[in-house]
Amino acid sequence: MTATSWKFTAREIVEKPELFTPGHRACAGCGPAIALRQIMKATRGPTIVTNATGCMEVVSTIYPYTAWKVPWIHTAFENAAANASGIEAALKAMKRKGRLDKDIDVIAFAGDGGTFDIGIQALSGAAERRHDFLYVLYDNEAYMNTGIQRSGGTPLGASTTTSPAGKVVPGKAQFKKPIAEIMVAHEIPYVATASIAYWQDLLTKTRRGLEAEGPAFLHVFTPCPRGWRYDTSKTIEVARLAVDTCIFPLWEAMDGEYGLSPQSKIMALKPERKKPVTEYLKMQRRFGHLFQPKFEHVVSDIQKITDQRWNRLLKKCNMT
Amino acid sequence: MSKQKGWKELPIAGVCWKPATDYPTGDWRTFKPVRDPEKCTKCLLCPLICPDSSIKWNKTTEDIEFDYDFCKGCGICANECPANAIEMVREEG
Amino acid sequence: MATVQQKVLALNGDEAIALAAKQSDVDVVAAYPITPQTIIVEKFSEYVADGEVDTEFVCTESEHSALSACLAASATGARTFTASASAGLALMHEILYVTSGCRVPVVMAIANRALSAPINIHCDHSDSMVERDCGWIQLYVENSQEAYDSIIQAFRIAEHPDLLLPVMVCLDAFFLSHTLENVAVLPDEVVRKFVGNRQIPLVTGHEGKKAPFKLDPDNPLTMGPLDLYDYYFEHKRQQEEAIRRSPQIIRQIHDEYTKLTGRKYGNGLVDTYRLEDAEIAAVCVGSAAGTTKTVVDELRAEGVKAGLLRLRSFRPLPVADIRKALENVKAVAVMDRSNSFGGHGGAVFHEVRHSLYDAKSHPHVVNYIYGLGGRDMPQSIIRDIYGDLQEILRTKQVKEYVQFAGVRE
Repeated sequence: MTATSWKFTAREIVEKPELFTPGHRACAGCGPAIALRQIMKATRGPTIVTNATGCMEVVSTIYPYTAWKVPWIHTAFENAAANASGIEAALKAMKRKGRLDKDIDVIAFAGDGGTFDIGIQALSGAAERRHDFLYVLYDNEAYMNTGIQRSGGTPLGASTTTSPAGKVVPGKAQFKKPIAEIMVAHEIPYVATASIAYWQDLLTKTRRGLEAEGPAFLHVFTPCPRGWRYDTSKTIEVARLAVDTCIFPLWEAMDGEYGLSPQSKIMALKPERKKPVTEYLKMQRRFGHLFQPKFEHVVSDIQKITDQRWNRLLKKCNMT
Repeated sequence: MSKQKGWKELPIAGVCWKPATDYPTGDWRTFKPVRDPEKCTKCLLCPLICPDSSIKWNKTTEDIEFDYDFCKGCGICANECPANAIEMVREEG
Repeated sequence: MATVQQKVLALNGDEAIALAAKQSDVDVVAAYPITPQTIIVEKFSEYVADGEVDTEFVCTESEHSALSACLAASATGARTFTASASAGLALMHEILYVTSGCRVPVVMAIANRALSAPINIHCDHSDSMVERDCGWIQLYVENSQEAYDSIIQAFRIAEHPDLLLPVMVCLDAFFLSHTLENVAVLPDEVVRKFVGNRQIPLVTGHEGKKAPFKLDPDNPLTMGPLDLYDYYFEHKRQQEEAIRRSPQIIRQIHDEYTKLTGRKYGNGLVDTYRLEDAEIAAVCVGSAAGTTKTVVDELRAEGVKAGLLRLRSFRPLPVADIRKALENVKAVAVMDRSNSFGGHGGAVFHEVRHSLYDAKSHPHVVNYIYGLGGRDMPQSIIRDIYGDLQEILRTKQVKEYVQFAGVRE
């Protein structure tokens, strides 16, 4: 596939109608809400959205209110990709039988809960079957909606309610599952990581994902003030630091060919700009316990794994 | 609180029948963003990053407008504004 | 009398069902194979491979995803069909409730097979009996002919604008699914005309106007929202009201179909056999009814006033029809091909007893759990059951309410 030809200005985007309206009940400063708003601005025409159970589903559709100005369906937690498969199949059948005369994009939204863990089967199946849809993972690194329990997307050392930092155990003992790489291994046309700290990049990637013919996977980094415990005003700052420390690098893989996105390319070309992970960790009280001397080794583990994954990514992007 | 509908009146299958914009979330906030129009460069970043779509660009007045009916006072706009044109002011009452 | 010329084919239950789905112009089939439903999906994929159907056939990676895909496809406006059994149906459990709660008219064939553990691939009703609360219509068929007929009727029932509930058509594993039978099939155009196009009713959306009840960018709707404690109860009451309208709809569509084929299954809800003056009767669902009818004929020839009631519709439970059918019977043996452990008998027993509790005649009602895991139910055992009923008539006493017929002690 090729890069999108869509060009836009801030003005044009700001003047586009809100398809994810205000009046939703997300927390103040919610990262995923920013992502969903921005992503819906990148839609290119008629769109149907399916949403897994989770924060965004719950806050946007408390009966009888709905924040969605597109057709939208939620059924269960683990089946966003299965729902999307069904919708896409229905649209194909109806079009072929002359009951539908336009192209409709299908977007599946799911959190890290409904993607890394319970949703991975449906996602893998939908990817293997090559349904034409965009899967957006809004990653706030824990099962936030049910009270901040750990997920496969929770990073090493983070304190969650099911991997709490205690006297003996310093938070989650396992690394974050490399979900985007797993999706690249499915050989789908488009996989990308994006961040709410860089809205142009996020919008461009959303559009590319919609334009891809076949399954597309967009992993969006969306900090959560409540679960990560930082002041609500810092959501975008935290997201930016994740990119600056290379903890969450921005890249895309078109037909399996990796390429760094501008903000992460800078880190590759000017490694002196890469910030140490402590800058990122100290902003969030979910990592606060790591700054005790007895848990210092975890910080160095985090730095080590970050560097390892970053170097591996550079190799894949031919940028060593 | 208006009387809620019984099962005979509700639309079937739990289809939503009210837009979220009928539910103002502005009364959630403690701090309110106040913009200094002198400092503001109208870069349009704040309308793009507000989680609640509560900052709008008014095409007619060609100016930024805050929608205080929905603003939750998170402070992201104030924190991110490149011109430091927004201040979070504690609301009284 | 049939008004349409039919062709008789040698088909097993699965093949008959696949053919019925093919003729009903299904838009999307999302399915996962499990013995003994496999022939349905295999046959259907053959139709797809040969270009004989215009259907999107999605081989999902699990049954949970299969029903999720069907649900979403149906919500988009497509006519959908799937099939499962046993553990597959159990895996779909969560989504069964979601499908009926979302009021989408999915049609599903269930080849009744035992639940694990130990794993068993043969016939019993434990898989679908346990789903009787989920809000789906449940029809149990006696033979492959009825399976074919019922699938075609199921699309009309499910899609009826006053109903909008999913329908499962249950047939016995292997006894019906894999056994060849003469099945009279209708011509394609006749079935196509009978099922017609899917009607999509209007609902009130959030844009202040009525919109067709489907996912359509021209008229966006939000389906499957979060209900707090202030609305969930009302939505469930609405579902109950819908299924209360279903007996009439099932009967009406059954009668309309009978005009075409000349075949009827009782009144569409219950099928009575020689009950008019019966003193003793058995009640059952599924293929055991066929064997029992043979026993009833033998007993009648011996002068015994025996009869049989087969429940075709288990959900909705046809309480009035059960009472009417058994109003002169003095002793009833309910045969259950599944057990509710610790529940003093099986599901059919509970519900038939419940139906008769307030009836004017208050017969003795006893339960026989039989045929679990595909254990054969021969005529000899059924004769013994009728023998027990005669004993009850004679002594006016019940020795044991719940027995296991055919198990080795």
